[in-house]
Amino acid sequence: MALGGMFRNAAAIYLHLVGPFRGKKSGASLARCLHQTLVMTKQLQARRLNGIDHNPWVEFVKLASEADVVNLGQGFPDFAPPDFAVEAFQHAVSGDFMLNQYTKAFGYPPLTKILASFFGKLLGQDMDPLKNVLVTVGAYGALFTAFQALVDEGDEVIIIEPFFDCYEPMTLMAGGRPVFVSLKLSPNQDRELDSSSNWQLDPTELASKFTSRTKALILNTPNNPLGKVFSRAELELVASLCQQHDVVCITDEVYQWLVYDGCQHVSIATLPGMWERTLTIGSAGKTFSATGWKVGWVLGPESLLKHLRTVHQNSIFHCPTQAQAAVAQSFEREQLHFGQPSSYFVQLPQAIQRCRDHMIQSLKSVGLRPVIPQGSYFLITDISEFKSKMPNLPGAADEPYDRRFVKWMIKNKGLMAIPVSIFYSVPHQKLFDHYIRFCFMKDESTLQAMDKKLQKWKDDLRP
Amino acid sequence: MFLARARLCTLGSRPKFLKTICASKILGLSTSAATLPRYLVKHQSRLFREDIFQKMSLKFKNAKRIEGLDSNVWIEFTKLAADPSVVNLGQGLPDISPPVYVKEELSKIAAIDSLNQYTRGFGHPSLVKALSCLYEKFYQNQINPNKEILVTVGAYGSLFNAIQGLIDEGDEVIVIVPFYDCYEPMVRMAGAIPVFIPLRSKLVDGKKWSSSDWTLDPQELASKFNSKTKAIILNTPHNPLGKVYTKEELQVIADLCIKYDTLCISDEVYEWLVYTGNKHFKIATFPGMWERTITIGSAGKTFSVTGWKLGWSIGPKHLIKHLQTVQQNTVYTCATPLQEALAQALWIDIKRMDDPECYFNSLPKELEVKRNRMVHLLESVGLKPIVPDGGYFIIADVSLLDTDLSDMKNSNEPYDYKFVKWMTKNKKLSAIPVSAFCNAETKLQFEKFVRFCFIKKDSTLDAAEEIIKAWSRQKF
Repeated sequence: MALGGMFRNAAAIYLHLVGPFRGKKSGASLARCLHQTLVMTKQLQARRLNGIDHNPWVEFVKLASEADVVNLGQGFPDFAPPDFAVEAFQHAVSGDFMLNQYTKAFGYPPLTKILASFFGKLLGQDMDPLKNVLVTVGAYGALFTAFQALVDEGDEVIIIEPFFDCYEPMTLMAGGRPVFVSLKLSPNQDRELDSSSNWQLDPTELASKFTSRTKALILNTPNNPLGKVFSRAELELVASLCQQHDVVCITDEVYQWLVYDGCQHVSIATLPGMWERTLTIGSAGKTFSATGWKVGWVLGPESLLKHLRTVHQNSIFHCPTQAQAAVAQSFEREQLHFGQPSSYFVQLPQAIQRCRDHMIQSLKSVGLRPVIPQGSYFLITDISEFKSKMPNLPGAADEPYDRRFVKWMIKNKGLMAIPVSIFYSVPHQKLFDHYIRFCFMKDESTLQAMDKKLQKWKDDLRP
Repeated sequence: MFLARARLCTLGSRPKFLKTICASKILGLSTSAATLPRYLVKHQSRLFREDIFQKMSLKFKNAKRIEGLDSNVWIEFTKLAADPSVVNLGQGLPDISPPVYVKEELSKIAAIDSLNQYTRGFGHPSLVKALSCLYEKFYQNQINPNKEILVTVGAYGSLFNAIQGLIDEGDEVIVIVPFYDCYEPMVRMAGAIPVFIPLRSKLVDGKKWSSSDWTLDPQELASKFNSKTKAIILNTPHNPLGKVYTKEELQVIADLCIKYDTLCISDEVYEWLVYTGNKHFKIATFPGMWERTITIGSAGKTFSVTGWKLGWSIGPKHLIKHLQTVQQNTVYTCATPLQEALAQALWIDIKRMDDPECYFNSLPKELEVKRNRMVHLLESVGLKPIVPDGGYFIIADVSLLDTDLSDMKNSNEPYDYKFVKWMTKNKKLSAIPVSAFCNAETKLQFEKFVRFCFIKKDSTLDAAEEIIKAWSRQKF
């Protein structure tokens, strides 16, 4: 409902009656029971919301909940967090009752302490829990806080496509201007499946995106939806451009532990000259398979973090205490097991790699061409063959093909995925409308249910 | 060179200065590598490029929206009171246990696997259903759990979502002084202009000073409204005064909102904490107000679980949808297990609203006793308390003590800041200065007042009593 625009008669209030007596309790007076909408003479919503109210997920989530559908769409595990994490949470909620009260605004002290020590080692920095760490409501909250703290009206933010979809609206909400640069496929010469490593940035093109107005570049490695793990060389390219143009790098590393085939996750903050201009974002939800805890963090130099603290203290101020306590205890456990076979950070990628490989084999059997991801929870698959065989699937006039395909697949094949065009800027959606994203961070039983659906699909394909 | 640069890095709030400061040659300082700290030596070759130097300082600057919003009273005072030997009546943090069944629900839920993953962004389904059920008892209409309720990160998060969603650059927002301190910076962060109006006390001779003696002058209030007024922020029961706005007072505000086509953001976190002889009214239930009001509540204050950081906004869908847009671009969703536990706790009390055992009834009874004890205590040492009609704070005029604060440094601070620091240091009792709840211009009006929190266990209040008794003995 568009309520913007000025009305000529500034003193008038227009009342629209929406369904008289809707939901009314008996006996209430007429004046009060009519749900009236409000049309203000001034624009109702703030302009910062312009263009960011649409949420592409809502539609697909709704569809998935309607039918007998195997949900391989949304990025969350359908298995439990590790025992030690569950125990940590149970301990946090049944121990000291003062954990039911506020903790320190910028992070529960045992959590900021362990994050500083754990990541201090990984990033090669002497980190102060009070200066170099901020705890946020999920990595999502960390991203928001970073954008609000540093991006101003007219600032440019370089976003690498495909991108986790919130980067664009968060840039816009901060008054910034997103500048997109796409990862492009340099396909394998043979008929082998492509890897996410085949998707690359063109160095010249990337360099051309930097201007004097560029304030930040947002990097996501391992990347959602592609699963690309940026190599050291690729990060060096990004780093040198950031330094040359004096740009802040916001690096979303939520999937840092989920790397496969011996791939190494490299944090750009460890590269020379980068610590002082990088904000490294992490997520307890992805780290401990507990996305519902909504605990995230930002690590970085004080000169940048202090601005994030200002946003934090004027937006949500504190994060819930008990979830933070659970994350602290979980990290303490992992610190003891770090690098050993018993470490969750070792076991999880091993287990999930098997899920990935299972899914790849299964998808191939119906003619889908998955791109083998080096990391993350996701893989994308090329649906070009389906596009050429069934070009006219039902959907809205300008709706990109992949969205129509996903809806068709949900309805007819009982499988849910996410159309990859959601992860592209509007002008580029038509170029990348032949991929869909599957999440393989799923229990064996879910993958077996997927196999059943795929088997039926395969059977349907036989002449 | 290093000194100048270091100063530049910390002067985030002085942009003009940053823009005009240039490289070392203008400052005329030595640039020999031997005198530079190691960090700067690494970058030495770049230090003397004026354009890069200027750019760097500018690039790492904060966004304009947070200019001047970096200080925060809580950060300062909670640090002071962190000393375990200090009896802390400062921050509004209960040291009593939450009700047993609330803790039990959370414990039970911690064992359920599926609740460790994401839930619905705008509010966990069972929670919004419980909230809708609870609040329908107070509103004339059914409340649509999906469209007319949003669950946020504390009431603080609801305030943020409401202000970010509905307040634009250049809008005016009326803020009643004293105010919960985040209202001003949140309004400023949205690029809007806070317009302040103080509560004023009538003279009280002989009788007890009550929060109800503090009122808004209707004509003064009307003068604050104009065509640029986008919203008024109301807080009832009020922090720090404890004032519970009467029906008539709310009607004055409602009339003005309707006349000037203004929104009302009503912060009602202490809605259950109302003492004998008083009633909490929801301005959203007044004619013409539902469609222009966002009403904010808090799990933390309702169930004494401030660390759960769950709050909610209730309002018409044409307003709530904008708060939901903010939500999907800020935190997206709140923690699942806490929301489920809150839903269960709400159901328990919804089923027994008239029962004295219902926490919504038992807590205010418990707190009224503590309130009365605090009033008596403060009076006994010569402080003039204002008896709150609601909430869990009490403010007192400390000027009558005529305390010698000359050894407190920083004479630029308001009297109550100095008093609280002195009292924390010398009497091991902490509180919060009420001028922290004022804008710059009105600080002087309230600088003789200090706020005490009384949602504290008996042993804490006993310890406070000891200190206060000893203090009064010292005087005579």
